[in-house]
Amino acid sequence: MTEAVKTPHIPLEKQKLLTVNGDEAVAWAAKQSLVDVVAAYPITPQTIIVEKFSEFVANGEVHTEFVPVESEHSAMSACVGAAAAGARAFTATAANGLALMWEILYIAASLRLPIVLAVANRALSAPINIHCDHSDAMGMRDAGWIQLFVENVQEAYDTTIQAFKIAEDERVLLPVAVNLDGFFLSHTLENIHILPDEAVHEFLGGYRKVPKVKVDYFDEEVPLMLNPARPLSFGPLDLYDYYFEHKMHQVEAMKRVPEVVREVNEKWYELTGRKYGDGILVPYEVEDADIIVTVLGSTGGTVRHIVKKLRREGKKVGMVRIKMFRPFPHKELAEILKNAKVVGVMDRAISFGSYGPSFLDINTALYDYKKKPLLVNYIYGLGGRDAPPELLEKMFNELLSDAEKGYVENKLRFLGVRE
Amino acid sequence: MAQQTLPQIPIKKGEPAYKLWIFEPGWKGELPLILNPRQLAEQKRAAILPGHRLCAGCAAPIIVKLASFAFRGPTIVVNATGCLEVATTIFPYTSWAVPWIHNAFENAAATASGVESAIKAFKKTERLPWDHVDVVVFGGDGGTFDIGLQSLSGAAERGHDFLYILYDNEAYMNTGIQRSGGTPKYAWTTTSPVGSVLPGKTQHKKPIADIMVAHRIPYVATATPAHWLDLMKKVRKGIEVNGPAFIHALSSCDRGWRHDTALAIEVSRRAVDTCYFPLWEWTPEKGYMLTDRSLSIARNPKLKQPIERFLEVQGRFKHLLRPENRHLLKDLQEWVDKVWEDLLNRAVNAPR
Ligand SMILES: Cc1ncc(C[n+]2csc(CCOP(=O)(O)OP(=O)(O)O)c2C)c(N)n1
Ligand code: SF4
Ligand SMILES: [Mg+2]
Repeated sequence: MTEAVKTPHIPLEKQKLLTVNGDEAVAWAAKQSLVDVVAAYPITPQTIIVEKFSEFVANGEVHTEFVPVESEHSAMSACVGAAAAGARAFTATAANGLALMWEILYIAASLRLPIVLAVANRALSAPINIHCDHSDAMGMRDAGWIQLFVENVQEAYDTTIQAFKIAEDERVLLPVAVNLDGFFLSHTLENIHILPDEAVHEFLGGYRKVPKVKVDYFDEEVPLMLNPARPLSFGPLDLYDYYFEHKMHQVEAMKRVPEVVREVNEKWYELTGRKYGDGILVPYEVEDADIIVTVLGSTGGTVRHIVKKLRREGKKVGMVRIKMFRPFPHKELAEILKNAKVVGVMDRAISFGSYGPSFLDINTALYDYKKKPLLVNYIYGLGGRDAPPELLEKMFNELLSDAEKGYVENKLRFLGVRE
Repeated sequence: MAQQTLPQIPIKKGEPAYKLWIFEPGWKGELPLILNPRQLAEQKRAAILPGHRLCAGCAAPIIVKLASFAFRGPTIVVNATGCLEVATTIFPYTSWAVPWIHNAFENAAATASGVESAIKAFKKTERLPWDHVDVVVFGGDGGTFDIGLQSLSGAAERGHDFLYILYDNEAYMNTGIQRSGGTPKYAWTTTSPVGSVLPGKTQHKKPIADIMVAHRIPYVATATPAHWLDLMKKVRKGIEVNGPAFIHALSSCDRGWRHDTALAIEVSRRAVDTCYFPLWEWTPEKGYMLTDRSLSIARNPKLKQPIERFLEVQGRFKHLLRPENRHLLKDLQEWVDKVWEDLLNRAVNAPR
């Protein structure tokens, strides 16, 4: 949800109105972000991003080298090569393509390369299915990437630009995945406002600037890149005597992410008049809520609609949209949820044999609290199954009756599935 | 180690030959391709520094050293997972005097595509402080014939400007001598063991260099470290062409081939003398051209040695020399002869 700022640096009338779908919005964002290398491979529902970007390249509107690779594995591999060489690199994929990238996702994060990846979320095979769920994103949960989920097309544009800023911040230096729900956002037209090119360039500080590091065999700090002037070795063999410490660097970098995300969210607000909660969590009507539902992605809009409706009926319900899933905002989310009676956790993915991925994190977040809400996990929307308002209202009503009973019988519920 | 500078050619007397290659921004020119052994020894520094942990007698670092003698200026090296990569960069050490990246096993060519594209983007926006930065890949046979073939083929088709040097030790050596698409027929490996039923690997080696020729990229060649002048000249050509170039370098591995550590060069020479591994280059303009010793053999077929000369020094083929396996030896000889004959028919400089 967006709040209006009194005087954004670029007032709305100076922003250009575009009617685009989510994929096109992401392509526009990448175009304005002075990306040096885009390496990508087609897969529904992401394909429009690369198609649109190819048009920008074909019309000479960008300086970007577009690498039409022969697979997603090579897409991420080329991004790693490009980013290590000092370039700003971008790619996009979904589902099977993301799964094929998996090996290199870890390498990108571990080499601390600020690559931005748009994921048009789609269910994983089998059975093959092109529609939205978050099982693809959850497969990269532990890869060391920052994972952001957007609710609408405007946010897809805004977040993609912010992603470069976050990734390249010297406190972070981690790759960022921007998740937009397949079809629900990727293929849905919305009117959005985009900034003038120069405003985006200025926001990002121009072309990518490579940080400098101290390396023991140079007397000075040297750019962290493949640089014939100051040669470094990237991606060496690293055994039990150092590997663990290097993983700790990633742990520490992840800890610094929230402050950077908040700053970037604020800066964007000043610039455009748009912000999304604190950039991490987007709560709505949570202060006195007995029931709070947590959700990722575009379903947030429908949940908010139901919250409004039920509030009008006098029911104490609220919601939190989790915009940043990795690093997970355990503390901040727990502080919002702790006083509720029941929390319904919506997951558009499941860990077979366990619960939904965000449910596991939310349990962890609340464990140490003496007073804490009952938790219910709702698995919904797998393979693009719709989550219409009536279904979500039914969920809220269930949660309200759980609150009344004071206990929860079935912790793992499947929403919108045929018996 | 203090910061050091290149090029200082000739190297000052008394200076160590192992120094980082430093090309200050704005450096212009081209490092000379020196082919005189004495000048080479006195004036050239290799891009691979001493202290790496490849096995004694391994041919891979010799290939890298010779190749780097032919680099023409600022160069970024990309390395696939394998012996060369693991043994040259055990953290916190590195043997690489030039910028170097290892990404994964099967994606060296894709990684190079990214590096090369970054260089192009920098050049376009006047952010590249040199006239050119060359990209050279080193990949093993596993990383090239097998798991990395797709990414190599894709990068070749897209026409990225890089030189891919395959150091072919004919098996997955880093994981302990398993067969690959580059392992020759009848060779023993740990996944094609010689048993009471099977005589080692039962398939022939994939014609990887011909597969690259079929991509019609600007330059393809074969090489061995024994024919070092030939190798250096080919590397320089591969770097100079605009677009992808591929060099298939035979790289003996004493551990996997089961030969004496002193035989790396000898066994490479025999590979060429028996026409098991002919030396040639190919360009779209001229087609196949025999080079070095293989050209001599084409001109004087009496120089061609029987395949036993190559096999007899290697433990991986020792079963082939047993009397009961004579038919296998014959089969291998016929295959070598046929491939050589095909090459003679194609080579524009072979006597007719
Ligand atoms: C995807 C993947 N599969 C398997 C491996 C294990 N592995 C590492 S090196 C290697 C063999 C390398 O063989 P080759 O390319 O011939 O190089 P060599 O070690 O022989 O020089 C294998 C199988 C890996 N690192 N990555
Ligand atoms: S195992 Fe073979 S290829 Fe690997 S380092 Fe040893 S000799 Fe070289
Ligand atoms: Mg090998």
